Amino acid sequence: MAAHAESHNPALLHHFATEEQQRNSASFGMWIFLATEVMFFGGLFCAYLIYRRLYFGDFAAASKSIDALLGGTNTAVLICSSLTVVLAVWAAATARRTLLLSSLVVTMLLGCVFLGIKAKEYKDKFDEHHVPGATFSFEHEQVPNAPEGVYANPRHAEIFFALYFIMTGLHALHMIIGLGIFAWLLIMAWRGRFTPEYHTPIEIGGLYWHFVDIVWIYLFPLLYLIDRHA
Amino acid sequence: MSDHAKSSPLKMYFTIWGALLVGTFLTYEAAKVDLGVFNAAVALIIATTKALLVALFFMHLKGAGEKLLKLVVVSTIFFLILLLGLSMVDYSTRYFPGHLWS
Amino acid sequence: MSMATATVQPVEREDYLNKHYGVGSWLLTTDHKRIALLYLISITFFFFVGGFFALLMRLELLTPAGDLVQADTYNKLFSMHGMVMVFFFLIPSIPAVLGNFLVPMMIGAKDLAFPKINLLSWYLYIIGGVMMTHCILTGGVDTGWTFYTPFSTAFSNSKVIEAGLAIFINGFSSILTGLNFVVTIHRMRAPGMTWSRLPLFIWAHYATSIIQILGTPVVAITLVLVVAERALHLGIFDPKLGGDPLLFQHLFWFYSHPAVYIMILPSMGVVTEVIACFSRKRIFGYHFVAMSSVAIAVFGFLVWAHHMFVAGISVYAALVFSLLSYSVAVPSAVKVFNWTATLYKGSIHYDAPMLYAFGFLGLFTIGGLTGLFLAALGVDVHVTDTYFVIAHFHYIMVGGALMGYLGGLHFWWPKISGRLYPEGWARLAALIVFIGFNLTFFPQFVLGYLGMPRRYYDYSHMPEFQVLNVLSTAGSTILGIGYLLPMIYFLWSMRYGKPAPDNPWNAAGLEWQTQSPPTTFNFVEEPVVTWEAYNYDEIDAGHKQEAPVVG
Repeated sequence: MAAHAESHNPALLHHFATEEQQRNSASFGMWIFLATEVMFFGGLFCAYLIYRRLYFGDFAAASKSIDALLGGTNTAVLICSSLTVVLAVWAAATARRTLLLSSLVVTMLLGCVFLGIKAKEYKDKFDEHHVPGATFSFEHEQVPNAPEGVYANPRHAEIFFALYFIMTGLHALHMIIGLGIFAWLLIMAWRGRFTPEYHTPIEIGGLYWHFVDIVWIYLFPLLYLIDRHA
Repeated sequence: MSDHAKSSPLKMYFTIWGALLVGTFLTYEAAKVDLGVFNAAVALIIATTKALLVALFFMHLKGAGEKLLKLVVVSTIFFLILLLGLSMVDYSTRYFPGHLWS
Repeated sequence: MSMATATVQPVEREDYLNKHYGVGSWLLTTDHKRIALLYLISITFFFFVGGFFALLMRLELLTPAGDLVQADTYNKLFSMHGMVMVFFFLIPSIPAVLGNFLVPMMIGAKDLAFPKINLLSWYLYIIGGVMMTHCILTGGVDTGWTFYTPFSTAFSNSKVIEAGLAIFINGFSSILTGLNFVVTIHRMRAPGMTWSRLPLFIWAHYATSIIQILGTPVVAITLVLVVAERALHLGIFDPKLGGDPLLFQHLFWFYSHPAVYIMILPSMGVVTEVIACFSRKRIFGYHFVAMSSVAIAVFGFLVWAHHMFVAGISVYAALVFSLLSYSVAVPSAVKVFNWTATLYKGSIHYDAPMLYAFGFLGLFTIGGLTGLFLAALGVDVHVTDTYFVIAHFHYIMVGGALMGYLGGLHFWWPKISGRLYPEGWARLAALIVFIGFNLTFFPQFVLGYLGMPRRYYDYSHMPEFQVLNVLSTAGSTILGIGYLLPMIYFLWSMRYGKPAPDNPWNAAGLEWQTQSPPTTFNFVEEPVVTWEAYNYDEIDAGHKQEAPVVG
């Protein structure tokens, strides 16, 4: 192998010619991974779309029983966490160590808040017997904006809740993985591994986090706000 | 990521953050208004706007040098719409009116 | 008749095979070439597992009565034959073996963009494979490789969850391979290697990777839904709740139809390389062939419900999908025309790789044409779920994809192993494969047309079908011998084969500019490309007398 006498950033991997090539490749790779995630969630959105169209009234009744205020709060929490993520990236690019570390910590805290609110929501559903399966019960729930006495079909409502748990559950799983990624980033940042020339892991970790935020941006109105007008 | 203007990215980030929060509030409030069939459309339009803001500005898609990343995003959305749309070709033409089993 | 450039190498040169020894150096390698060989061993194992199930099925079908295995067992046989062959053999085959080995070399790079992710993708394949093997050994799965609900979610008593999870994990192996290829092809081409100078093998793998990236996640989530419904009773396909079993089919086939293009596109890439080399000609219509690969990838996503024509979709949807299915044949036909035009007035050499390419040309054409028959709604109503469909897709998958894989293995074997395989035996094996294949599967077109249903272990109500079934089983035995032969002589050649020259075929392409076998980092110094692809007229200008035959 040809000798390379010039010194280069130890972070430059051997099979890349330049750091720019390495950084561009990492970023491109993460975007493609996010494309796969879009299609992964996309299958669920497809199922949701079809059943919502077929059983609109039943879905609306079921949607009414989940807490839109909690859902909206969670949306705001994630939006704030996306802000702290871009601040972290900017801090790394401008060698602001304190801001970098604190942004990463706040991002993780906000992620934990999100999961905590989610846990409360799940507990509420469990208590109300809205978890699909043997204990499921959804009797005598009025279909919103329908004549008095028109009740939701419990079986169709059960499909709504199945989708609710699968979609938000999968999303929460991605949040947990995101927390793991950011914990690792925090450790690396604490050890001083990131410089303005090399902070690619934070950039691509940030991309992942923003994607998780975007999924929730769609989940919130679709799941929580189906037919809420008076 | 260029660092030629250190303060302006911050201003932009906070502006987008504010817009996203406003959008969330709008989504919540708009759901309370009876817009008939347009409720869903409004919700999705606001959501898509928010998603675009995050993608273009927080994920730095806007500043990306070559068109490649934008091509990835557009293609992905295209295939997602294909999945949703062509499935709906079946479901929307199957029964009159659309009910499976009651 | 041997190559004038053949050199005897008295001193063993350092290459990627002998650079490091020990199991650890293989299991922790990040060298794309070693990972390709790891895949080669793994997928060959699963090929024989899947082939074993096929053999048992063909033995059962020798007689009209169901007398070899029970009905439930037969259901497991065809299910596991399909799952293993599709997910654990065909989908990885060319991309993970030949693609991994050749993509960096063909573009002039030292490795793929993400070598560690490449290794991870092999481990994911192995984990999925171990789970699948365990599932097979502890009872198997009987839902068909298609996992249709509500049988898979509610009624099957077999190991659906384990099989589903095994394939789910395996899917990520496929996704990561595709991701790696796309980034590599975009970002790591050597100076001068423009998009228009890329070998068409690269274009084929690029198109394949697009499908892997965008399609596989959908089947992944679908399998998650099946597992969730079965394990947690989170039912969205359950008819008792108002769920639609057809939704499963939509989601499943959204991937599984493009998946067949994952299986055939790389093979088309191989065939392009082989035909160009053994006609000593530039490929006719380079840009058409390149664009047709991308077109197949895109159009392939538009046609999935042609697997559901009789399942209960609306007639209007069936019309739309039938029309779209006709369109996807166009880019494939473009390729066939261009290959044929390349052969015209070429200087044809009938080495083993070329024999496989010829086999591909004919058999893929038959398979593709019968696909058009199936796309016609009227015909499909009669032959759906019969052996006609089975014959159609085996012509493409076995007559097409597998032949391309074998042809590619032969073509690049000298590069991969540094040894020459025995040409005489290789030509004989190709002939045996061709004869065995046609004897196995052509009768199945007739059987299907006459009405023999697929997935039936007992056809005693139609005993007149026995003759054709016996022919088919006889053919499968011959086919099996044809597949065993390369296994034997490839292994033989690793020890006793003649050392290969760096470019035994005088082929175009950067991979042939490296050592046989290559060093770990492929090139001594970064190549700078100043020539067009398939510049055989330039190559042959200096070698007028030689015939690139390897003995």
